[in-house]
Amino acid sequence: MNGVHDLGGMQGMGAIEPEQDEPVFHSEWEARAFALNIAAGAWRKWNIDAGRHQIELLPAVDYLRMSYYEKWAARLAELLVKHGLVSREEIESGQPARSSAKATPPLTAAQVPGLLRSGAVASRNVSVAPRFQKGQRVRARNINPAGHTRLPRYARGHVGTVDRDHGVYVFPDTNAHFLGENPQHVYSVRFTARELWGEQASERDSVYIDLWDDYLEPV
Amino acid sequence: MKALESLLVEKGLVDPAALDALIDTYENKVGPRNGARVVARAWSDPAYKQRLLEDATAAIAELGYGGRQGEHMVVVENTPTVHNLVVCTLCSCYPWSVLGLPPAWYKSTPYRSRAVIDPRGVLCEFGVEVGEEVEVRVWDSTAELRYLVLPERPAGTEHLQEDDLAALVTRDAMVGTAKVVAPKKAGA
Repeated sequence: MNGVHDLGGMQGMGAIEPEQDEPVFHSEWEARAFALNIAAGAWRKWNIDAGRHQIELLPAVDYLRMSYYEKWAARLAELLVKHGLVSREEIESGQPARSSAKATPPLTAAQVPGLLRSGAVASRNVSVAPRFQKGQRVRARNINPAGHTRLPRYARGHVGTVDRDHGVYVFPDTNAHFLGENPQHVYSVRFTARELWGEQASERDSVYIDLWDDYLEPV
Repeated sequence: MKALESLLVEKGLVDPAALDALIDTYENKVGPRNGARVVARAWSDPAYKQRLLEDATAAIAELGYGGRQGEHMVVVENTPTVHNLVVCTLCSCYPWSVLGLPPAWYKSTPYRSRAVIDPRGVLCEFGVEVGEEVEVRVWDSTAELRYLVLPERPAGTEHLQEDDLAALVTRDAMVGTAKVVAPKKAGA
């Protein structure tokens, strides 16, 4: 979707403000919001793409106003309701419904190191022919899906060169909507800064974007 | 957040001890010191560096690092003629396994919007001087590949061992918004 999350190339967002000796979390609630997202994710009711898309679905003004972990907290509440783990009434009252049976958490403290160590592998060991080769010139398609996509707007319609083939990965545009993994090749595509931004950009510079087969067309 | 947590705990959906363990991991165990060890090894061992640039995930696993948000790693090397900068314009993708959780500026709209259109301006704000003759490569982490910059080893560190080298390597140097600086000589 053409949301405000798709920030590449926008101007007027203000100065970058690095913080000296920044703590990992700025307050306890941030840490809890972070951990709750991961622990609730262990129910495997949604996937990483659906989780990202849920943040994109925040109203634009909220997206720009909220801090990172405020977005994570809002995203979690929506996902919990959408996937039936918690009802809207329970979130509002803070109390479990009388009828609800107590579940057993899928993630214990003892299982945390294993969960983090194994991660979530997004590559797929399936034989899918690549549509493009290293060195080939490709155009990022001019598509504007209303759902989730990882093809940033600033690349659409522009021509780049395949720099490397990363292999076969789950396709977010379908996976985010539970429409299947649709595994396909992902390439690092090199776009010159001039191609993307015109004469104002340095002729030496470039932007490398990881793009799936379905985002590209031959030139 | 407390209200949501107690609801989820009461419903048996999450184990509060698991939350503590998750937080402890990223506050105390997984952070940029991991990445610094990778960089120091690459500076000290040319064969390791070769493996790192060819298959970063496997080479990083040799040092015991990997897993969540580091499943598919790519390392890009800074040289006298190339400077690399990592961003995620669409969200805040970051190589947790080697750098820990990202700093607020990396997740902010100013950095995410400008890194791709004005990388030299961004670098300048971070105090990084990149000459006209240097090629700037920006890596937008739009897929599940996670990028780590292998900074240039500063001159004057030839005598240093791996541990001392690792102590010089900062988080920002591995994102591309800083260079690694040699320690001042004692008495200098």
